[in-house]
Amino acid sequence: MSTSESALRLPSSSVALDLRAAPVLIRGEATGHGEGGPAPKRIVVGFGFWIFLLSDIVMFSAFFASYAVLGDATAGGPTAAQLFDLRNVQIETACLLLSSFCCGIASLAVEQRYQQLTQLALLVTGLLGLAFLALEVQEFAGLIARGAGPSRSAFLSSFFALVGCHGAHITAGLLWLGTMMAQFYAKGFRPDICRRYLCFSLFWHALDIIWVAIFTIVYLIGVRP
Amino acid sequence: MLGKLTWQAIPFDQPIPLYTGAVVGLMLVAVLVWVARKGYVPYLWREWITSVDHKRIGVMYCALALLMLLRGFIDALMMRGQQAFAFHAAGFLPPEHYNQIFSAHGTIMIFFVGMPFVVGLMNYVVPLQLGVRDVAFPTLNSVGFWLTAAGSLLVNVSLVVGEFSRAGWLPYPPLSELRYSPGVGIDYYLWALQISGVGTLIGGINLVTTILKTRAPGMRYRRMPIFCWTALASNLLMVAAFPILTATLAMLLLDRYLGFHFFTNDAGGNAMMFVNLIWAWGHPEVYILILPCFGVFSEVVSTFSGKPLFGYRSMVTATMAICVLSFMVWLHHFFTMGASPEVNGFFGIMSMIIAVPTGVKVFNWLFTMYRGRVRFTVPMLWAIGFMVTFVIGGMTGVLLAIPPADFVLHNSLFLVAHFHNVIIGGVLFGVFAGYNYWFPKAFGFKLDERLGKAAFWCWFIGFYVAFVPLYAVGLMGMTRRLQHYDQPQWHPWLLVAAVGVLLILCGIVLQAAQLIVSIRSRHRRADPTGDPWDGRTLEWATASPPPLFNFAVLPDVTGQEPYWGTKRKAIEAMHLSAEPAYEPLEVPRNSPTGFVTAFFAFFLGFALIWHIWWMVGLALVGAYATFVVFAWRDVTESLMPAQEVARLDRANRTARALALQEMHA
Repeated sequence: MSTSESALRLPSSSVALDLRAAPVLIRGEATGHGEGGPAPKRIVVGFGFWIFLLSDIVMFSAFFASYAVLGDATAGGPTAAQLFDLRNVQIETACLLLSSFCCGIASLAVEQRYQQLTQLALLVTGLLGLAFLALEVQEFAGLIARGAGPSRSAFLSSFFALVGCHGAHITAGLLWLGTMMAQFYAKGFRPDICRRYLCFSLFWHALDIIWVAIFTIVYLIGVRP
Repeated sequence: MLGKLTWQAIPFDQPIPLYTGAVVGLMLVAVLVWVARKGYVPYLWREWITSVDHKRIGVMYCALALLMLLRGFIDALMMRGQQAFAFHAAGFLPPEHYNQIFSAHGTIMIFFVGMPFVVGLMNYVVPLQLGVRDVAFPTLNSVGFWLTAAGSLLVNVSLVVGEFSRAGWLPYPPLSELRYSPGVGIDYYLWALQISGVGTLIGGINLVTTILKTRAPGMRYRRMPIFCWTALASNLLMVAAFPILTATLAMLLLDRYLGFHFFTNDAGGNAMMFVNLIWAWGHPEVYILILPCFGVFSEVVSTFSGKPLFGYRSMVTATMAICVLSFMVWLHHFFTMGASPEVNGFFGIMSMIIAVPTGVKVFNWLFTMYRGRVRFTVPMLWAIGFMVTFVIGGMTGVLLAIPPADFVLHNSLFLVAHFHNVIIGGVLFGVFAGYNYWFPKAFGFKLDERLGKAAFWCWFIGFYVAFVPLYAVGLMGMTRRLQHYDQPQWHPWLLVAAVGVLLILCGIVLQAAQLIVSIRSRHRRADPTGDPWDGRTLEWATASPPPLFNFAVLPDVTGQEPYWGTKRKAIEAMHLSAEPAYEPLEVPRNSPTGFVTAFFAFFLGFALIWHIWWMVGLALVGAYATFVVFAWRDVTESLMPAQEVARLDRANRTARALALQEMHA
């Protein structure tokens, strides 16, 4: 690990030197803003993934909009206040936020090139994500068993679609997480794998932000008397 | 075992799709056999299918668009033929088939002709104009293309296996719900668009990142060629709008597959929400198509007038203004659906406001031509034809933006004529201009001018003959999508329109002839200099076709028209700038990831359409395995030795030095 570590740290210090020596940025360390040419890969990859996340948030916003439109269309069936169990949702929220915290720990461990801690933190991240998912599946199954499935009313359709879309993202994220752990284990802290991990952590935190919106708009506002 | 798929899915009782499918299938098999026997398979696999070079991918996008243009145009021929014959008669197309044809025509022309053509041109040209070696994510670029291709394959499969949607190019519920459309047609539409939509989104993310983060040194925002600006606007719109389409179609899929109630008539569903959502994507979509074409016209008009573009800053401002405004007008697609007069008034005014930046652009092009030395080449003809046609289409659009007028004209052939006026006169003329303009860059020889001009005139005149009658019958009250009618006063107009579509057919035949003749006489037409039009932007600094790495050394940009500046300097000094020091270059390695992903995506879509659940599982596992294999590769780039870089760049320099000598001789 030590050789890759020093190799990875060298460029940043040499940039600092260059910056002091001359106002012109050296190639490969440019900002991408036009002066010094193309930005380095880390910035390009991170930036591209941010654009993807924005597009994903636009997609969620369409589901949020449909929930806002159909929220009252219960068609004589159960309403949000009758269905939602805030305790369950609180545990879910705690799982997801702690999972994000562990993901942050993993990021620090990756920066230190600390394999065991990385694996451990990612494992806990994944287990908490899995717990979240299990709780969500349990909630869905309970609703369906009570005759409050997605085909009961437009309100429930939009609820299942919005929350389920988030759940599908978590599922995809867990698959990605497993692949990520395997990559760190098999290939070490290669720059391209670290870039991928940067994207994964952005993705995982973004799902938290979406969840906070779901928690507020769907559950908290839903159970309001 | 095979879900809903049985022998009944093959339309044995319908001769038109059956024979067409058989002929196309036979031709496909013949081409594949020919390719295999000639031993071209390894070449195709190595140089095209697995290529992650933005230039190759750009060419493949354009080729896909041209192929699908033929398919979509045959649909158009049949529709015009049907309406010419179906006066007091049944015509030759039964209603359920006619409905599939107009649905397929719209879907194909927008998603599989307009989109891939525009995306292809941007893919090819933007990195060259920015002075860089590739797009930000080369492998993803290949994935995006192949997903688009998989989507278009699904649409074509529907011709012979099952049926296509009968609900129009935008499947409004409740007609598109399971209750009223129980067949697989809507499912073909939905899955084909979901798959190609993912491809489009990937392409959009890729080009936004490319334009914002990877530009040649010194290429500030205000030095970017106008085509790159329009590409930026268009790709930003893709990133912002396509997720809405994905979500909306996903809701309809949930309704159809799992009994949800988003848009159904019962259980509180809201069909109007579909119309709102789909147009929140759909209006930006038309600007996704037209903005890059505005960019093409800007480049073409400037080059062939021998002048820098008039009003560069106002052009950039207008482009970005349209980019933002395009999200604020969607309601004008359904003024008649019961919004209050205030809401309709607001959206009417917003729609008219969009005409302002567009007008700015038209004046900029006119002032660029003013006092220029205009060369009437084929791309320039398309550009001038566009200016005339698009202004007319824009004005009928402003007419339709007035809600009271729209109440009379909506859903009529007047509307059909309007959007064909802007899409043919704007988007198609634009991509044809771009195709003629950049073809010599991509292949090293010019397309035949005489046939190109003949094709232009057929299209141009054919367009007016085909669509002015539709304006007329629209004003007379003829609604769109009529399979037959009994109004005698419509009949002569529809006969004229059929003649118009035959003229356009001549244009297409001439374009095919232009391509074939030019390829056969390519040695005579070769352009060794790489700058056949006396161009102004950086793509003309490279050889034609450009080497894999585009630029041996990234250009140092100091002004708005970097290549024009360098060229002037070289002509004044009578020699080229000093030879740079060549270094070995990292080039991205080919990858079959895109092709394999699309392979699985195609079968995923097909299996979902026919409810073949084991195949769905298999395809998902395959897609995940592809992802893992891709993540596992160790070598992502290969090194091109400095000698090879030097050899290729010196060839380009020698050709240019010779051209310089000739100029001074």
